[in-house]
Amino acid sequence: MVDITPVIVSPEGVLRRLLRRRLALVGFAIIFIVLGGAIFAPWLARYGPNEQLFDGLTLQGAPMPPSGDFLMGTDLLGRDLFSRILYGARTSLIIGVVANGAALIIGTLVGLTAGFLRGWIGSLLMRFTDLMMAFPALLLAICLAAIFQPSLWIVVMVIASVNWVQTARVVYTETTSLSEREFIAAERTLGASQSRILFRHILPHLVPTLIVWGTLGISVTVLLEATLSFLGVGVQPPTPSWGNIIFENQTYFQAAPWLVFIPGAAILLLALAFNLVGDALRDVLDPTQRGQD
Amino acid sequence: MAGYLFQRIFQAVLILLGVSFITFVLLYVLPADPVRQIAGRAATAQTVENIRQQLGLDQPFMVQYGRYLAGLLQGDMGRSYLQKTEVASLIASRLPATLLLMAGGIFCELLIGLTLGVIAAIFRGRPLDQALMVTSFVAVSAPQFVVGLLLLYIFAVQLGWFPIGGYGTFAHLVLPAVTLGIMGSGWYSRMMRSSMIEVLRQDYIRTARAKGLTRARILTRHALPNAILPIIAMIGIDIGIFMGGLVVVESVFGWPGIGQLAWQAIQRVDIPIIMGVTMVSATAIVLGNLLADVITPFVDPRIKMR
Repeated sequence: MVDITPVIVSPEGVLRRLLRRRLALVGFAIIFIVLGGAIFAPWLARYGPNEQLFDGLTLQGAPMPPSGDFLMGTDLLGRDLFSRILYGARTSLIIGVVANGAALIIGTLVGLTAGFLRGWIGSLLMRFTDLMMAFPALLLAICLAAIFQPSLWIVVMVIASVNWVQTARVVYTETTSLSEREFIAAERTLGASQSRILFRHILPHLVPTLIVWGTLGISVTVLLEATLSFLGVGVQPPTPSWGNIIFENQTYFQAAPWLVFIPGAAILLLALAFNLVGDALRDVLDPTQRGQD
Repeated sequence: MAGYLFQRIFQAVLILLGVSFITFVLLYVLPADPVRQIAGRAATAQTVENIRQQLGLDQPFMVQYGRYLAGLLQGDMGRSYLQKTEVASLIASRLPATLLLMAGGIFCELLIGLTLGVIAAIFRGRPLDQALMVTSFVAVSAPQFVVGLLLLYIFAVQLGWFPIGGYGTFAHLVLPAVTLGIMGSGWYSRMMRSSMIEVLRQDYIRTARAKGLTRARILTRHALPNAILPIIAMIGIDIGIFMGGLVVVESVFGWPGIGQLAWQAIQRVDIPIIMGVTMVSATAIVLGNLLADVITPFVDPRIKMR
């Protein structure tokens, strides 16, 4: 029997190889915990996220440190921090997934169009991408967020309009190099239509890259959302977001450090988790990276 | 070479022109009316209209943009709406602080990143290497404002080694520079590790070993210089990432640089300042990329300039 190795690895094979990596497992574990916390927040939280509790402040009006009653303590307004962290996980995940998904789609469309069509449309799109690269991304995001009164969906839009650039460049490079390969030329000679070449041959080859960039991008998005919310131009209180919890409480952080460092740790862990999984995915999916470590 | 340089500089100018146009459009469609901000709530419709005319904000968009560009070419960025000062001099007075912070940040990220990368490469595949690589992931996943507040809490509040914020002495610089450098150090340690591993695999290293040179000498004289060079060219590209971090780090530490200037201007809808800082940052980013492109062929002669 002749052993034929498939060119594109099967999803089960990828998953099996992924699960053999300890760091990827750690990443998955963190993501599942955060996801669980976000989904089951109403059942896990003992208090409402915006509920100002009668016994949530000390007699002097200071926030309560972590205790049996308040697992992570209370904030400046006497709200239970654990409840806010749980509901904040929803904000982070929704923005992380939706904004990054939108950025990925925009970037793929731009990169694919530019790389496949070339010509003046292609150069126009890529010059625009170069231009976006020259923008100080965070400054642009802050400007945009400040211009439009920030809400959850505005933040999503702002992040998507800033973060698509990297994906566009990567997809462009891959598409141009793919279009020059022999099998594409062969398809052309055989009379395949443009759309057949695009959807049957080029797009499937981009899938591994998109999966890797999509995963790593969530981490970038989570950090950007947190930063915008920390500066007060992201998700607006009282809707809890890990960034704006720090924004609301930072003046008091010397006396009540948990109000800054618990949400801070949550942001770090979630971003770290997507980085770990994304990196493992790159090792597993990208044949040029294989055997490097 | 000269032709290539000329072409790249031309491209850079075009990009900056594009950046200025887009920023201007964004600020032009801004729903918040700067004139209302300047005039205050009690102003009559007449006052508002006078201010609008004075600032030239009643002119059509292209006229306003044309005026701005013409000024920009003469180094005039207009005047701040609220402080009445020249934007160029406002930025110039803030720039030294920002440049100092950036220099400190780059120094920290290189020092931490390169050192950890070399150590990881030497101990490749062993627990120390794995631990360092996990550390590098933590470094790139840590939000800068959390790192800044954490360093403040430990080293300024608890230990009292450094001031809580502000500007002036070397002690003021340490914490913000480290904060700015940590994220980049994560990327640099990974790049340095793979660059070092790549170099250690080369034939000339084997030759050096065969000659009987000591391990330390091979590392310091043969491997390190070759591994570091391609990374030095990356510093230019870094500037863009730094520009974003500046707003956050300057705000956490009360550092009087252009990041804070921009941040305050955004909150007060002081458009000329926002425009000015965006242009200065974009210029820095474009120059950084240009520098990286120009330096790379010198550093690595195998890469030819096109």
